[in-house]
Amino acid sequence: MIRLENINKSYQVGGGALHVLRDVALHVKEGEFVSIMGSSGSGKSTLLNVLGILDDYDSGEYWLGDTLIQNLSQRKAAQYRSEHIGFVFQSFNLLPFKTALENVALPLYYQKQSRKKRLEAAADQLERVGLGNWKDHRPSELSGGQKQRVAVARALVTKPRLILADEPTGALDSKTSYMLMDLLKEVNDQGMTVVVVTHEPDIAERTKRVIRLRDGAIEESHSKEES
Amino acid sequence: MLFLDRWIEIFETLRRNKLRTALTGLSVGWGILMLIILLGAGQGLQNQAEANFKDDAVNSIWIRPERAALPFEGLRPGRKILFTNADIEAVRRVPGVEHITGRFNLRGEEYTVNYGAKNASFGIRAVNPGHQFIEKTIITSGRYINDTDIDEHRKVAVIGKPISEFFFGKASPIGEYLTIRGIQYKIVGTFTDEGGEGELQKIFLPITTTQRAYNAHGDVHHLMFSVGNASLERSEAIEKQVVALLAERLNFSPEDTRAIRVRNNLKEYSKIARIFSLIRAFLWIVGIGTITASVIGVSNILLISVAERTVEIGVRKALGANPFSIVAMVLKEAFVVTGLAGYLGLFAGVGLLELFNRFLPNNEYIVNPEVDLSVALIALGMLVVSAMLAGLIPASRAARVSPIVALRNE
Repeated sequence: MIRLENINKSYQVGGGALHVLRDVALHVKEGEFVSIMGSSGSGKSTLLNVLGILDDYDSGEYWLGDTLIQNLSQRKAAQYRSEHIGFVFQSFNLLPFKTALENVALPLYYQKQSRKKRLEAAADQLERVGLGNWKDHRPSELSGGQKQRVAVARALVTKPRLILADEPTGALDSKTSYMLMDLLKEVNDQGMTVVVVTHEPDIAERTKRVIRLRDGAIEESHSKEES
Repeated sequence: MLFLDRWIEIFETLRRNKLRTALTGLSVGWGILMLIILLGAGQGLQNQAEANFKDDAVNSIWIRPERAALPFEGLRPGRKILFTNADIEAVRRVPGVEHITGRFNLRGEEYTVNYGAKNASFGIRAVNPGHQFIEKTIITSGRYINDTDIDEHRKVAVIGKPISEFFFGKASPIGEYLTIRGIQYKIVGTFTDEGGEGELQKIFLPITTTQRAYNAHGDVHHLMFSVGNASLERSEAIEKQVVALLAERLNFSPEDTRAIRVRNNLKEYSKIARIFSLIRAFLWIVGIGTITASVIGVSNILLISVAERTVEIGVRKALGANPFSIVAMVLKEAFVVTGLAGYLGLFAGVGLLELFNRFLPNNEYIVNPEVDLSVALIALGMLVVSAMLAGLIPASRAARVSPIVALRNE
């Protein structure tokens, strides 16, 4: 489902180039639950941006399903993001002036669906993450855990092929963190491919495969089932 | 449906950011309000100036005899210049002179006007028939003074409407007789005039009758004539010719500017008209400056708003918004805010002018201030378009927001 072949990426910093990703090769199959671990500066954010079609790469190939993601126009990138990927961010990134329901419905707005359909789909997803009774609350009226569940519902609403979660538990205490990971596991159990970026080992433990990044290269990739 | 949906999204965003919306709106609404008031006041001033010219024919030249200031061919300075009916006839033959009249004023308490037991004092002007055109007198019933009245020294009078109402109420005054200093005049007509109340409190008599009746030997206090549709240059040439003719007939130096006093209305009018076209241009410059300031204000607020909403825009992009939809979002917000606020400003401005009209209808300086609605709408349209152009810079900046940077920037 995700195929990264020898991805390289560097940033121009001052006089020299900072090589952030070095020949990253990565395969994630449909329905996997994967975490990408690494300390800060390991390149995991950059890798996530490449995976999320938020950033381009210098060389190599990135296949998402049967689509080669390479040198896309902003418009095309936006379209693929909208169709294939659901994001969950560390700081939730809900729009403060919209209710939980409207926040969840927003991605469908950019898919040009009618308001009625959007709100129906959004209500379903909120139900799914257990927040059916919180539809009309603003983010400021929700706890951190609830906010992140709204964000998960928002990521799910477009029925993407892939959920990308960037430090989804970074702003949560451990109890809420584990509840969120349970939710993601549930989503995964229903067949969704989930990739979680984290630097917390206990969070990575809760996924089915851990990919470690060090200095922009993949160090090891082990599957729990196999070990 | 989807179209409506877009606007709902815009209105939601505006409603949720009330302060920002209000500030932008204020900047625009104020600009339009100021423009309307400026243009309205300008128009009012101009209306007032033009009303001053409604009284008399714009193409008329007025000449009054005074005292000679220069010695001429052995004559002393300081001698009185006198016009007579013969001078009127001489000027009448100057090419370009259209209507001409002399005027002989009856002043003083002895010229009280009587009808039955009622009496009052009015301005009494003895004139030639041409006077009707020079003063733009409008006959409402009967007729004006005519040539036969002049030739036969008839004792007839034409009176203003208020005088008719004073003496006769609603009844027709035609055929009745007024007594002025012992002489009876038959009323042959009534008139009105756009020059105001003062111009209506008048009685016109034939000049020859009056000169004979009050022993004035053909004296004329005022000589007025019109020059048809002559250009300003042509009217000045005619004026010069007439002055030269009078100088020759009445023995004063053609260089003596104080012997007679000349007022060329066409000259005055074109002077005023020039001043007003300057004032109008100035008002437009100030108005456009005000609008420009509003537009810059809008651009400014939108820039701040885009900076404030970096995260929001980043999220929207991560959720699938393409750059075009972000640009469209910012521009639509600019459009809605400037359009609505501009319309309110327009409404308030026109309302203020209406209030002014209602409560200060008769003042000396500004009469009926008004704004051409099409001009106002064009101004509003220009404002909205330029606000959207101004919105392009913030919008393109918004479109360039990188979701990664925006979302990391916490």
